[in-house]
Amino acid sequence: MSEQRKAETPDWRDEIFAALKAAEIRQVGYVPDAGHARLIELCRDDPEMRAVPLTTEEEGVALAAGAWLGGQRAALLMQSSGVGNCINMLSLTQNCRFPMPMLIAMRGEWAEFNPWQVPMGSKTRAALELCDVLVYRVERAEEAAETVAAALDIAFNGDLATAVLLSQRLIGAKRWVK
Amino acid sequence: MIANDPNLDRRLDRRAAMRTLLENRGDLLLVTGLGSTTWDVAAAGDDDRNFYLWGAMGGAAMVGLGLAIARPDRRVLVVTGDGEMLMGLGSLATIGVQRPPNLAVAVFDNGRYGETGMQASHTAESVELVGVAHACGFKETFDIIDETGLRDFAAQVHKATTTLFARIAIRADEPPRVLPPRDGVFLKTRFRRAIDAE
Repeated sequence: MSEQRKAETPDWRDEIFAALKAAEIRQVGYVPDAGHARLIELCRDDPEMRAVPLTTEEEGVALAAGAWLGGQRAALLMQSSGVGNCINMLSLTQNCRFPMPMLIAMRGEWAEFNPWQVPMGSKTRAALELCDVLVYRVERAEEAAETVAAALDIAFNGDLATAVLLSQRLIGAKRWVK
Repeated sequence: MIANDPNLDRRLDRRAAMRTLLENRGDLLLVTGLGSTTWDVAAAGDDDRNFYLWGAMGGAAMVGLGLAIARPDRRVLVVTGDGEMLMGLGSLATIGVQRPPNLAVAVFDNGRYGETGMQASHTAESVELVGVAHACGFKETFDIIDETGLRDFAAQVHKATTTLFARIAIRADEPPRVLPPRDGVFLKTRFRRAIDAE
């Protein structure tokens, strides 16, 4: 219940959505994630956006490439564990220089309950950087929107892949026992 | 061994099949997957409105989805091989949910990984791609084994009202490679210019 009350109050998640709108993002690929739940809901409800649920994150990299070929801007929402799934598909972005902004909800760090999230969560930044993705990280709510806006700007101005890591401390560790 | 199999011998010739699909292409936009389907398109004639994947295996259908959503005013055809489609099998589930009316996904199915030594793919065993597409929500599917079926599908690509899926049975042979440009930035930019997206 407290989760729901939080979601109804405008907060940094709504500000990130506003940044996506301001950047004229028209397609949003996502794999459902608790950290992105509010943002996914906003994207799905927006008539100007096409929110596309994916079976695996790499589909979103190819989706964004297709969108850009057709003249639309796309973004990809995922959890840190999804970054590992994207690595080979990011060769598409690198070879063709497709703009590819990614928003990544971190797991496996701050107060993580599930140790199975730790291996990928602790290597998320390194994996992205190995793939020539520019990585930004948000620890505090007041920095979220401006960081996302900056990552969107540089992605589309420079035909680059960028990622914003939304820290688990910011999102709040998943509550396993209610 | 493959050539002696009478069932395989009756399958369509891949180069001829590609020419048929593109014969009256109009303003059709084309995406091809890593491997032989890219060489088939190059043999049929390079075009600014073709986008070839030289890598990113499993991504062809999803590139087509993003493009079809972005350009509802244009028809988009993805042609890829059975191995490439199998690597992105989940994308059939994703596309089955979206089903843009201007998208068609065609798989040249020879039951082989042609680029790596003609090893058998899952479609040579138990996997039936048309059934997968149907189960994923595609409302119109085609299992094509002859020229008549191919021509019918080629016509439907231009007038369908839902996303199409076609499995096109082709012979497991290896015609001489014809290679299109492979510079990704060049392919991207010329494509966008050709459709006024740049």
